Amino acid sequence: MTDFVMPSLGADMEAGTVLEWYVKPGDTVKRGDIVALVDTSKAEIEVEIFQDGVIGGLLVPEGARVPVGTPLATVLPVGAEAPAPAPVEALAPPSPPIVTPTRVTARAPAPVLATGGGNGAGHRLRVSPLARRTAAQLGVDLSAVTGSGPNGAITRRDVERVAPTGAPPVQAPTAPPSAVGPIDRQAAMREAIGALMARSKREIPHYYLQQEVDMSLAIDWLHEANLQRPVNDRLLPSVLLLSAVARAVVEMPELNGFWIDGAFRPGPGVHLGVAVSLRGGGLIAPALHDADRKDLDEIMVGVRDLVQRARAGRLRSSEMSDPTLTVTNLGDRGVDLVHGVIYPPQVALVGFGAIRERPWAADGMLGVRPTVIATLAADHRASDGHTGGRFLALIERQLQKPETL
Amino acid sequence: MTTEQELRTLVISVLTEVAPDIDAAAVDPDADFLEELDIDSMDFLNIIVAINGRTGIEIPERDYPKLSTLNDAVSYLAEAQKQAAGA
Repeated sequence: MTDFVMPSLGADMEAGTVLEWYVKPGDTVKRGDIVALVDTSKAEIEVEIFQDGVIGGLLVPEGARVPVGTPLATVLPVGAEAPAPAPVEALAPPSPPIVTPTRVTARAPAPVLATGGGNGAGHRLRVSPLARRTAAQLGVDLSAVTGSGPNGAITRRDVERVAPTGAPPVQAPTAPPSAVGPIDRQAAMREAIGALMARSKREIPHYYLQQEVDMSLAIDWLHEANLQRPVNDRLLPSVLLLSAVARAVVEMPELNGFWIDGAFRPGPGVHLGVAVSLRGGGLIAPALHDADRKDLDEIMVGVRDLVQRARAGRLRSSEMSDPTLTVTNLGDRGVDLVHGVIYPPQVALVGFGAIRERPWAADGMLGVRPTVIATLAADHRASDGHTGGRFLALIERQLQKPETL
Repeated sequence: MTTEQELRTLVISVLTEVAPDIDAAAVDPDADFLEELDIDSMDFLNIIVAINGRTGIEIPERDYPKLSTLNDAVSYLAEAQKQAAGA
């Protein structure tokens, strides 16, 4: 039997709130299955499990906030006898060896979460906070919903199942779907970003490089490619930039990875952190997994999906913890260049400003070409300026042969 | 044929789906989407995709600058519709 613990979803996370369990004792799970929805201070994250097995007991109730590393559930080996399902009235998990009495009573909703369930009210509906909000949004009568969660609790999915067809909102609801209010969320995110960036600037000896890149070939190629494409398949220039970075860093692995305990550890793949600004403030940089092995269409689809889910608060745990090198693109906001701050424990950050027409000297002639200024902020403990300079040159070279991106 | 008022309602609805924090009633019809309403290039593409999905109007990339405000977008779509009907 092993414990499934509250994961660290980024270096800035100290604790998380279990908003909703998607599994119950006795459920068989596979590595990569989404088992819970966890609220970090920055976002709601769908947490994946990293082993095959059978859920033994849920140790932390929905609504409880616990530190990173706290056991959330026990996981039994595949084939182990599943524990008997708990009776609906039972408030304690079925096999609670690690559960303290306070945890058991903590099954009552946390104060900030206005739910109907509570101790001594066994006949009342057990509804997860998220399900309650979803029901309110979709106009679903909770008494008509059959719960499939732990102890028959109604989950968001149960609500969505019975919602009138066409009712689910296509986009994120107006208010961030969080356990805390929008103002609290923003303040918490500000604090989390501040703590992480302060740590970065305190611990990481940054060095900075910049290189202007001629984008005329890339932009011509992109316009030509988009002419042939239906609107839904069109590519954005930022996709070319991401692809160029992913392909360049394959040849410069000392910039792709982490600085942990005084040593560099290469990343297990090229998982680009894509900095996504959130409307209303804040920032999140989830991983675009294996970006070096994706073609432009796959990168476009991947980024679009990440941006949408980042803003709707539906990222997955692996996306939060896996980035090996972050890319930030502030070109849409018109800035010329970005001097980035590295996300610990990563060792580099690539920045792009706006692609715009600038004077460009080549072959003894002065002309006007679309250019972009690529910047690198890198950790001097892990690499030197020489390496960083070669890396920017590799990005530049990639962007001169857009057809191979 | 969709009336200009209907096109306006459609663009506002697409805009507020992409950017839920924008108050539909308070959108300045001459505000630049990118510069004043904080729409980025990914949001803008999603707006174009949604307009295309609901009206069937094809908007080539080179025309994107002609849809940079609510008023401009409505005029562009009304004109595109007229041309399609006349063709």
